[in-house]
Amino acid sequence: MSSIGTGYDLSASTYSPDGRIFQIEYANKAVENAGTVIGIRTKDGVILAAQKLLDSKLLVSGTAKRILTADMHIGMASAGLRADGKHLQTRAREECKNYRDNYMSPIPLKHLSDRLGSYLNAYTLYSSVRPFGISTVISSCDKNGPQLYAIEPSGLYWGYQATAIGKGKQLAQTELEKLNFDELSMRQAVFEAARIIHLVHDPTKDKGFELEISWIGKDSQYKHVHVPAQLYDEANELGKTQAESGRMQE
Amino acid sequence: MNMSNNFTSWGRPFTDAKMDMYGGDVTQRYQLGAQQMTVPDDKFSEGVQKTQQPIVTGTSVIGLKFKDGIMLAADNLASYGSLARFKDIQRLYGVGSNTIIGAAGDMSDFQHVQHQLDTLITDEYCHDDGHSLGPAQIYEYMSTLMYHRRSQLNPLWNAFVVGGVDPKSGESTLAYVDLLGTTYSAPTIGTGYASMIAIPLLRRLVEDRQEPLNKEDALDIIKTCMKVLFYRDARSLNKFQVATITKEGSEISQSMSVDTEWGFAEGIRGYGGQTQ
Repeated sequence: MSSIGTGYDLSASTYSPDGRIFQIEYANKAVENAGTVIGIRTKDGVILAAQKLLDSKLLVSGTAKRILTADMHIGMASAGLRADGKHLQTRAREECKNYRDNYMSPIPLKHLSDRLGSYLNAYTLYSSVRPFGISTVISSCDKNGPQLYAIEPSGLYWGYQATAIGKGKQLAQTELEKLNFDELSMRQAVFEAARIIHLVHDPTKDKGFELEISWIGKDSQYKHVHVPAQLYDEANELGKTQAESGRMQE
Repeated sequence: MNMSNNFTSWGRPFTDAKMDMYGGDVTQRYQLGAQQMTVPDDKFSEGVQKTQQPIVTGTSVIGLKFKDGIMLAADNLASYGSLARFKDIQRLYGVGSNTIIGAAGDMSDFQHVQHQLDTLITDEYCHDDGHSLGPAQIYEYMSTLMYHRRSQLNPLWNAFVVGGVDPKSGESTLAYVDLLGTTYSAPTIGTGYASMIAIPLLRRLVEDRQEPLNKEDALDIIKTCMKVLFYRDARSLNKFQVATITKEGSEISQSMSVDTEWGFAEGIRGYGGQTQ
């Protein structure tokens, strides 16, 4: 990056002469280095899957989850700085609670995305703070149907049929584009998600990882939960073999 | 000095009893209570009133322990004084998947408690740590809440029956907590009118029973009690729901009623009909 050292990258409140804010772009770099997260919206519900890269072999499996819950009906998974992701969950939790307190009903995901988008955006406006080093995929399924959004460090958010963030974003997106979302069941989407996460992982280059999959929709009584152990094991095993055979062909 | 053993005649410490038994001025010595109270300090503070009576009320709730769990019942009436104002109010409420509470007393306070408990359950759910709150924890939370509010001189005007079965241990809980923060646990519980009318029946039919009580017989006992309560409680309705909680989960029934016989009323003074 030619502009390094020009001084325009030291603060989120300063533009470069060509109209960029480097701190936000650096935040995106933090996202690009993180384990892949994908979200798939089917007609009956939404699936989140995360590739939890293991920093240490001593970590207890199943702990330090990457897919978090913000309300009964809302799941979220961030790629980037883990602590920022946890902080955003805390904020999302408060937003959900406040909405329930004020309106006595569950928050629509569209509304939560907007609130969290504004929150992230506020951290791009001042020289005293740094932008969040995360992109976050959030899922929900309520009377408004299945919904999937992704929020970027700038505060921008978009609704998606399916999306991927993190290290394996490019490859995952190519795979997601092949899916037929009108036909896909929640269960099928779990298998696709597992397959794609295994596919984007390069065992020769990357460190070990743990797969996480959650869903919300018809098959989960409209609550956001990690998929049942049996389904998880099936999807994980099948995804692993599919990815391996895929690599053999190449 | 009145040395009665009955607490109602003890009087209030800083107004009626200013002197101790040696003639010392008690108010000068024990100021602890006064320090803890919030001191009213603005123009409006004398106009501030806390809840001093319930408005829209539900009558009694009953509950019993049977072989596989807990059964609760409450009718569908919310009264406005003596007016039968709302006849389709549900007074049983599920908290998580293994606990049900039944509420007597002020219905708006009950709705507030429902919301509080929902918030609590959602908070726990978001931790996603494999734990969930069972009936024993819900009961502890509610007793703390109710005692806290009465200590603020701003009670939630209810009597609650908390019933549930812990899904892991299979242990069942049936307990009571009211607006004073009073708590107790027993194999049969009734609030308000039911504590006078239904409890003797429940004790005989449930606690004195020799063989284990199954679900069908438990429902019969509940119906018997609801019938007697409907006969004698003028703020009750012959339309009620029954909640059943077992290790497998909880369920609140559709509204039901019992057959009643009012032929005898003709001959009884006070039931109407007679002019003299």
